[in-house]
Amino acid sequence: MIEVKNLVKRFGDFTALSGLSFSVEKGSVYGLVGPNGAGKSTVIRHLSGIYRQDAGEVKIDGKTVYENPEVKQRMACIPDEIFYFLQASTRDMMQFYKGIYPRFDMGRYEKLGKIFEFNDKRPMRQLSKGMQKQAAFRLAVCMRPDILILDEPVDGLDPVMRRQVWSIIMNDVADRGTTVLVSSHNLRELEDVCDHVGIMHNGKLLLQRSLSELQDNIAKLQLVLPEGETLPQNFGAIHESSSGRILTLIMRGTTEYISAKVAALSPVFYDLVPLTLEEIFIYELGGVDYEIRDILL
Amino acid sequence: MINLNYRDSRPIYEQIKDGLRKLVMTGAFSPDERLPSVRELASALAINPNTIQRAYKELEAEGYIYTTAGKGSFVSDMSGVDSARRSQQLKKFEEAVIELLFLGTHAEELKSRIDSLSKDSGGGL
Repeated sequence: MIEVKNLVKRFGDFTALSGLSFSVEKGSVYGLVGPNGAGKSTVIRHLSGIYRQDAGEVKIDGKTVYENPEVKQRMACIPDEIFYFLQASTRDMMQFYKGIYPRFDMGRYEKLGKIFEFNDKRPMRQLSKGMQKQAAFRLAVCMRPDILILDEPVDGLDPVMRRQVWSIIMNDVADRGTTVLVSSHNLRELEDVCDHVGIMHNGKLLLQRSLSELQDNIAKLQLVLPEGETLPQNFGAIHESSSGRILTLIMRGTTEYISAKVAALSPVFYDLVPLTLEEIFIYELGGVDYEIRDILL
Repeated sequence: MINLNYRDSRPIYEQIKDGLRKLVMTGAFSPDERLPSVRELASALAINPNTIQRAYKELEAEGYIYTTAGKGSFVSDMSGVDSARRSQQLKKFEEAVIELLFLGTHAEELKSRIDSLSKDSGGGL
């Protein structure tokens, strides 16, 4: 279990994280999303023990992460910018990690050679960006981590590899209850793999929910009202737009609740569709003044 | 086996439920056959195991499948299927009928289609 409490981090006079709190249960896949510069990577660098916080707590299973090998040997982290020793090949790095991570699984490493078909004796610097990511995954899943932390994990991977990688991770989650924290902008993909989502903005957490709760409590409604009628005041839509007679509303509440409310208006036609994570992201951040602006250039 | 469509407005667990229901209805899975485990399906579809768990749980509540602790989930014989699902499908049926009647299809033709479908599936359930 990952626990972050009131985390504060400043760089000079810039405050990157201002009192951030969240927690990830064991066996959960937590998606950390947010606009550029929200502080996602900064959080991840605290979780992997690279940064020391100015205030607050970063704990894994109740133990502080910073400078604590006992905790760190149970976790694997793939940062957004991969960095290995100069001239080292994947196999050299494997030898190095084998000495550090007591649970390093050699059998798994060899087996994964069938999936990640790059030359593991070539210096990693000579590999393409996507292949370096593959190498990082191969090494990370062989550490048999209890906690897996991924920053923009599938960036640079091709569609086949992306699915392959997620398939391996989901297998570990189902099989061993691996806890995964993943930051990404690919919300379509997060929707498949995550069960919890936290949306960050300006160094704080805007909301944290289970994905099903998030999707069951907000919906997009399209309706056509009878001729001459308008939507009553205080109908409770958080977003409203119209094209011709068709109104599009974003409403909070369960589908039953919204359906009942709409049926009372006796509309000519209506349709309720669940929101995608991408839409939720856009509407939630629209509420805190981070929206798409109409700019003509 | 199950197709997930990302342009579909149904949530993923609904798509899994519909996919499994279809496999049961078409006889691709026979009664008492073991369904793939949560782990197998999670890694085959590359989606969160909890999502699969939710789909299985709801199918169980609807009566399509049953679970034996430690052994997995199995296909039920269809006698126990939830009436909520039935009324939901009837509503869909009515919507389709209304549209077909609007398009000028004769009621007689619809009736004869129902007759031939029920013959095909051995007189219905």
